Amino acid sequence: MRVTFTVNGRPTEADDVWEGESLLYVLRERVGLPGSKNACEQGECGSCTVYLDGAPVCACLVAAGQVQDRAVGTVEGLADGDTLDPVQQAFVDAGAVQCGFCTPGLLVQTHDLLNRAHHPSDAEIREALSGNLCRCTGYEKIMDAVRLAAARKADARGTAPAGSEG
Amino acid sequence: MAGPTTPRNLSAVSAPGRDGIGASPPRPDGILKVKGDFAYASDLWHEDMLWGTTLRSPHARARIRSVDVSAALALPGVYAVLTHEDIPGSKFYGLEIADQPVLAIDEVRFHGEPIAIVAADHPETARRAVARIVVDYDVSPAIGPVEALDPERYGHVHAPADYKAHASGNIVHSQHVHHGDGDSAEVRARADVIVRGEYEVGMQDQAFLGPESGLAVPAEDGGIDLYIATQWLHVDRQQMCPVLALPPEKVRLTLAGVGGAFGGREDISMQVHACLLAQYTGKPVKIVYNREESFFGHVHRHPATMVFEHGATRDGRLVFVRAEIVLDGGAYASSSPAVVGNAASLGIGPYVIPNASIDATAVYTNNPPCGAMRGFGAVQMCFGYESQMDRLAAELGMDPVKLRRLNAMEQGSVLPTGQVVDAPAPVAELLRRVEAMPLPAAAYRRTGDGVDLRELPGGVSNSTHGEGVVRGIGYGVGIKNVGFSEGFDDYSTARVRLEVINGAPVALVHTAMAEVGQGGVTVHAQIVRTELGVDLVTIAPADTRVGSAGSTSASRQTYMTGGAVKSAAEAVRGTVLARGRRRHGWTPDLVAGLRLVDGKVVDRADAVVADLVDLLGDEPVDETVEFRHRPTQAFDRLTGQGFGHVQYTFCAHRAVVDVDVELGLVKVVELAAAQDVGKAMNPLAVLGQIHGGSTQGLGLAVMEEIVVAEGRVRNPSFTDYLIPTILDTPPMPVDVLELADPHAPYGLRGAGEAPTLSATPAIVAAIRAATGLALNRVPVRPEHLTGI
Amino acid sequence: MEFLRPATWEEALAVKAQHPSAVPIAGGTDVMVELNFDRRRPDALVDLNRIRELHEWRIEDDDTVRLGASVPYARIIEALHDRLPGLSLGARTVGSPQIRNRGSVGGNLGGASPAGDAHPPLLASGATVEAASVRGTRLIPIDDFYLGVKRNALEPDELIRAVHIPSATGPQQFAKIGTRNAMVIAVCSFAVALHPHTRDVRTGIGSAAPTPRRAREAEEFIRAELDESGLWTSGGELPRAAARRFGELVAGAAAPIDDVRGSAAYRRHALAVLARRTLLWTWNDHRATGRAAA
Repeated sequence: MRVTFTVNGRPTEADDVWEGESLLYVLRERVGLPGSKNACEQGECGSCTVYLDGAPVCACLVAAGQVQDRAVGTVEGLADGDTLDPVQQAFVDAGAVQCGFCTPGLLVQTHDLLNRAHHPSDAEIREALSGNLCRCTGYEKIMDAVRLAAARKADARGTAPAGSEG
Repeated sequence: MAGPTTPRNLSAVSAPGRDGIGASPPRPDGILKVKGDFAYASDLWHEDMLWGTTLRSPHARARIRSVDVSAALALPGVYAVLTHEDIPGSKFYGLEIADQPVLAIDEVRFHGEPIAIVAADHPETARRAVARIVVDYDVSPAIGPVEALDPERYGHVHAPADYKAHASGNIVHSQHVHHGDGDSAEVRARADVIVRGEYEVGMQDQAFLGPESGLAVPAEDGGIDLYIATQWLHVDRQQMCPVLALPPEKVRLTLAGVGGAFGGREDISMQVHACLLAQYTGKPVKIVYNREESFFGHVHRHPATMVFEHGATRDGRLVFVRAEIVLDGGAYASSSPAVVGNAASLGIGPYVIPNASIDATAVYTNNPPCGAMRGFGAVQMCFGYESQMDRLAAELGMDPVKLRRLNAMEQGSVLPTGQVVDAPAPVAELLRRVEAMPLPAAAYRRTGDGVDLRELPGGVSNSTHGEGVVRGIGYGVGIKNVGFSEGFDDYSTARVRLEVINGAPVALVHTAMAEVGQGGVTVHAQIVRTELGVDLVTIAPADTRVGSAGSTSASRQTYMTGGAVKSAAEAVRGTVLARGRRRHGWTPDLVAGLRLVDGKVVDRADAVVADLVDLLGDEPVDETVEFRHRPTQAFDRLTGQGFGHVQYTFCAHRAVVDVDVELGLVKVVELAAAQDVGKAMNPLAVLGQIHGGSTQGLGLAVMEEIVVAEGRVRNPSFTDYLIPTILDTPPMPVDVLELADPHAPYGLRGAGEAPTLSATPAIVAAIRAATGLALNRVPVRPEHLTGI
Repeated sequence: MEFLRPATWEEALAVKAQHPSAVPIAGGTDVMVELNFDRRRPDALVDLNRIRELHEWRIEDDDTVRLGASVPYARIIEALHDRLPGLSLGARTVGSPQIRNRGSVGGNLGGASPAGDAHPPLLASGATVEAASVRGTRLIPIDDFYLGVKRNALEPDELIRAVHIPSATGPQQFAKIGTRNAMVIAVCSFAVALHPHTRDVRTGIGSAAPTPRRAREAEEFIRAELDESGLWTSGGELPRAAARRFGELVAGAAAPIDDVRGSAAYRRHALAVLARRTLLWTWNDHRATGRAAA
């Protein structure tokens, strides 16, 4: 079947899609966007997290046909050309990337968190990222990266966090 | 829209920043990784590419009466269905003993053993083809580790004639270590107190996030180019060539992006299968395991049963240790012999004990093959001996940290193997430091709304609001070897090229080191900047066009390939300075004091004597060096004596846990570590290693186990093989010591594995402190904690 | 495999009538796992995502929440935690945040896995499943909905349209056991709801029997206990012995098995603890805040 949708704002068409294929497969193998990762394909790791109509979801659990006429956002769409999103820059700067296989999913999930909560507490960060497994970092530097991104975004907005965090 | 990710995407990357060693510049691959542009093996695509899939055995032990592939071959879109009969060369491979069939031959020995491989135009076509292959099995009861020790009664995993190397009966390898007077009656009589314990470690999985994958492309010269996620390109090739019946120059491997490894990629998985299919079809073949297949596709950490006796005087001095260890090696040898060597030689921990008798044995069973995983034989032992130290402390009425410090080894101590520790061994100091760290807040916080569930055992599952929650604190310390041991010719190769590009000096580093996430590529650039005084460093893709770098394992790569890069950079500098000597008539004395700094050649007084760009001109300097560490010796087969390990590394942990003692649920509140790394080449990366290693130790302590029943794997998924989430992982303060090892490059000490050892016993000790239970097995399950 | 994309509810019913073996897919969080791992190859998938009304909820005149089958768990937590506190607590433990953005109560009911986190709160609330086919609509009481392991009362041509859940009139709790602090399938779970207006207590047990089920004996015991000791009127403290007995009866109502996630004996034990704790939480909550309404 043919599936027509938008990815990172661009109209996209995938042909000869097998009806049992996932959105993840279509992104990775048919439209040249392998940034979303295929770590578990059972919704238990978050590595394939993408935006679907603005909500972060596991692309492995969305049937390809379900994205017809809908909007998908992937890790490849976070940066503005060579300018990284503050979340991406913070992950690089804080040492939150090792093997990097979990990184794309974490970036999308963190991006969503910081859009919804400007000054998340540590407990909120942990709950929001509890669906994203990382096997390399022990999450400490990921916590640092999220705090750093939140702080930089607050700076950019010219707002300081209200009250103490953590 | 971006184009497809092809092998061309595996190009050289430039390393950003100006920092040399000791600083924490960002990763050269960091930007690619956060943009989603980094080319992992599973991302690769090739025109006309086929998909490979594997048929695996549903049984742990069975004769194969027949395999019928005709229905699979008849399916449109299927290009090849291969069994062992189609293999052009050797049908076996193996890291240490070539005992593992590439595809099963007449019998299967473990659940998940590959039997046939398929190449098709779409993964679903390949799956449908696999489903059409008919295998007639004659199933037998699986041989487990207990049965394995009685082959007369239960039979052999391999026909006795098949045994290679040291193997006899169902024993893959065994090692005895006899130290002092062992555990003789006389020695025993000297001990005021003897404690005995039996311990078990379950089967842990590496659970790297990027499943096994690779792309094999047939080449015009009849050879194969394989783009692969692995830990050691050259040893993969070494095992592949005989199977493919191709000479090494026709089997070219390039490292594609690796999504973690932790030992699980040390053995080959789909490498040969993809190449066989590519060879047969003449088309590029990609194989990507899914998570379930990944659990069957790589070796795991050896499950262990351990019996320890520790004898001590009343004042807490260790008198002797007796240890008997059986490791379940599974169906094939993998790296079991080396794991046994580690278990035996490191089996008493970082302590000075005058007498010891240790027996370690790995057995063949019909369980999944076990081999390398971070900590490699030392992890299991650390749980055993540290549990014993706590038991002994309790028996003596001593503080457990005090007991450890009293018996801690130090520089100059003699190990049970007779080896004298000739580098700093700050075991007591690490314990002192980790104990001195401030403790976390007393308990979960009550707020106006009640409690924050996320701070409690069970988390948002809402199983307690504080009822039954008891805090405990525990300690652990461990010892791990660095590098390949027991006389192995351990070396790494590095090529460094220095040239002028666009008016600036640029260094290129080319090695075959597998970057699996550890940050070796970052450190290589730092080393070159330090040695050659250039800002611009490019990291070439790792491949087999340069010599072997050895494996990214055994905490060895910064030492070994870092050492090789340092040596190659020194050779480049030597050549550059020799050029200056010839050209400018520099005296030997002047040359001896010259350094390369910021693109200049400077003397002892920091005066610039030449510009690097001028010296280089349009003649690049290109040097390739093989770096070796000090030779080690094989352990004596009967006594275990020998200079077996080149370097030792130590980490200590303090764990603070809250346990819901009624429900048996655990929340690790904090996991503090102190580790000596000799020299923190990249402090941020060092912390990453310690945090990551500690968390894998946490997983082993409280949740991670591949459950095998009668040879069948019951939880090959991330639904039921649980690894810690960010809500299970506590804050982890780290205290890093830098006591230089005079034998190592820059004094550095391998850092990756030691934290995985001691985290587990520290957490279990903390749970024991909270519950008063003995807890002799990891992972600790709620059933153990509730006595049900 | 066919991929059917009905745009309206009526079309969906027609499609399902034509293809009774077609598998409905909404959030995909169960169905896609089975497809990805080659455990299921249905003739057809019916995508329910295009049917807007399934993503909506409304409050009926009798204060019942009519929850569209596809309303994601995240939305329940966000918008309905006051009206459906038990279900919200359960929803918060479903999978991961990403799963909660897609997964829905309709999916839990359709799959009818005993481990589904929505089931115990639905049982404790006394929910009703609205099932429909081209033949008409029927309201299935939740107590009659679960028939066996992954089997429910739906006919092959029926689809779940909504779930009717009475708004809470008293405290509700949900608790589950997992061997990880997040993203974990229930080893066992338990829900309890106080219904002060009817002086009723209802329960739900998850992951400890072939189907989700109520602990009826425990309910009867605690109803009688509260009545006889006049606690509904006095608002007095619940005797710990009564809570303990309640827990034992809940454990006794379970029929768990040993599996890779936990032993039968542990499940019983944990249920007893969870039931005791959650009953005390609800009762104490009732005493503190709910008596005026009672």
